[in-house]
Amino acid sequence: MASIARCLRAARPAAFSAVVRNSAARTIGVRAFSVTATNEIRKYTKEHEWIDLSADKKTGVLGISEYAAKQLGDIVYVELPEEGKEVQAGDSIGAVESVKSASDINAPVSCKITQINLVLEEKPGTINQVAEDDSHGGGWIAKVQVTEEGLKDLEKLMDVAAYEEFTVAEGEK
Amino acid sequence: MQTSRSTALARALRGGVCRSPSQSAAGARRFSSRPGGVMATTSLLQHRPAKQQPLQPTTTLTTTVLRPLPQTRHASTTPSSSPPELQKTPLHDLHLAHGAKMVPFGGFHMPVQYSSLSVSQSHLFTRSHASLFDVSHMVQRVFSGPGAARFLQRVTPAGVEALGEHCSTLSCLLTTDAKGGIVDDAIITRLKEGRFYVVTNAACREKDDVYLEREMDKWNAEEGEEGGAVVEQEKWDGRGLVALQGPEAEGILARVLGEGEGLDLKKLLFGQSAFARLKLDGHLLSSPVLISRGGYTGEDGFEISIAGDETVGVTEALLAAGPEKVQLAGLGARDSLRLEAGMCLYGHDLDEATTPVEAGLSWIIPKERRTADAGYYGADVISSQLVAKSKGGSGVERRRVGLIVEGAPAREGVEIVSRAEEGKEAVKLGIVTSGCPSPSLGKNIAMGYVKDGFHKAGTEVDVLVRGRPRKAVVAKMPFVPTKYWKGDA
Repeated sequence: MASIARCLRAARPAAFSAVVRNSAARTIGVRAFSVTATNEIRKYTKEHEWIDLSADKKTGVLGISEYAAKQLGDIVYVELPEEGKEVQAGDSIGAVESVKSASDINAPVSCKITQINLVLEEKPGTINQVAEDDSHGGGWIAKVQVTEEGLKDLEKLMDVAAYEEFTVAEGEK
Repeated sequence: MQTSRSTALARALRGGVCRSPSQSAAGARRFSSRPGGVMATTSLLQHRPAKQQPLQPTTTLTTTVLRPLPQTRHASTTPSSSPPELQKTPLHDLHLAHGAKMVPFGGFHMPVQYSSLSVSQSHLFTRSHASLFDVSHMVQRVFSGPGAARFLQRVTPAGVEALGEHCSTLSCLLTTDAKGGIVDDAIITRLKEGRFYVVTNAACREKDDVYLEREMDKWNAEEGEEGGAVVEQEKWDGRGLVALQGPEAEGILARVLGEGEGLDLKKLLFGQSAFARLKLDGHLLSSPVLISRGGYTGEDGFEISIAGDETVGVTEALLAAGPEKVQLAGLGARDSLRLEAGMCLYGHDLDEATTPVEAGLSWIIPKERRTADAGYYGADVISSQLVAKSKGGSGVERRRVGLIVEGAPAREGVEIVSRAEEGKEAVKLGIVTSGCPSPSLGKNIAMGYVKDGFHKAGTEVDVLVRGRPRKAVVAKMPFVPTKYWKGDA
């Protein structure tokens, strides 16, 4: 199966670029942490997963980006990760399925899955509505414990500005 | 009536989707509750082919990145998604103006969907109103000459000589190795005595060209000299072909039929065709277009072959019925619609190693051509397969079936296995060749091949999606009833 990125590439808009990129910035804007230089930033992978790190750098929430959700179309099934599973960055931890494609969800960083969003079992379309929402009723996929290695992995990911640039480039290719 | 589609759709829509199903780390949490489920998983995993590596980022085919991040841990591949020199259909600019997402398909830039509707919405709109599909990438040819009908009866199992004027049939080109394999599927229409219109798949263009040229040369060398039963081919390259599909299709086409054409659409039945002029913008009339009643969605509808430079005009005239009645639709909806209608996609559900009988297409072979001496390639094998083993024939070892799948959709490449129960290990039965969530039914549908004996409707099997068994039941096709126009009953 293909990563989200690959599925998006298959159906990439050539004539227009339906890029949704305000939400991430907006979400970050309302977070009430005292931001330091190194944490509290939502990070993105090139495979279109996002992860938020908690203030104590021990836990995180992850999901797929709003850009990806928009591009995939109506999500009809979500294969959730397995609770308790320890995974490496890049491991396939689940999948999202739309009418036209199936995409792997990959772990953005090395971590242990502590909780999964069971709402998505009944309402997979929640991801289309609020992909980057980590609240109850949001489209987040899993909560995780971030390992030491995971913290290092995090440094390799994109911040919101870089991800925005990345998706624009994706749309134009 | 079925028309065709090709390989690149799969690359676009299913491309890399399920070819090598990854064993997901997603665990058997919801699966362990089913007795035998875990055991089945275990025993099957032990027999997994080596290429399906567990828990490795084999599936993270990282995108071509403009600014590669240093030290990413994913294997970076740069697949060339567009082969060079893709062609454009006459409707290319119209697609772009309507916000199409274009993908390479069968050597053309083709729309996979449009900005106004998602694939599901477009699918459902087709079933409730009408959609217009550009299928100009498909290959249109005309075979003519005194030997044309008999020539076509050598390369296909169709009853071409018996075909009435302006009547069509689905058929297939057969491999010349006498094994009965399918080179391509095709719609054959008799335009008049000694003149046949044949539509084949875009993705098979080069292969079919070689096959048909070679076979025509052979035919003309054998038959042309003596009785003058020659066959010639015209290629209708550059012509447009659009499919208008859905319950509103007839009304939309009737609006633009030129007065005085004498064509009553109520009398044009499924599988029939006619030439007529259509009203363009203003007071202009088009050149005669070839209207064939049928399509690739299971709905009532028409496929309309149009002179290349009039294709935009005709399309705009059809779209002028209004967006509440007709919308443009792309390859995405076309694929899910044809799957609901139980129709095959060449290169996926059909190939050269598959015979029409295995493919559940015995119905395309008329009664009078079911004998070993019927004169088409592979008649010996095919006629024997048509008779069950119990009745002295060879029957078939595997058959194409429909499946309804619980939970995760099963897509191309997914293994079909027997249901593991106490004391019984799962064994491989076959493979899924097409599958998706059905927008009309809200269930996952699929088609694939299973061992003979497991093909009856209601047979319970499992499919291995991401390495885990999911329940599936063999189901009759079409999944959604077809609505072909066969006249006032």
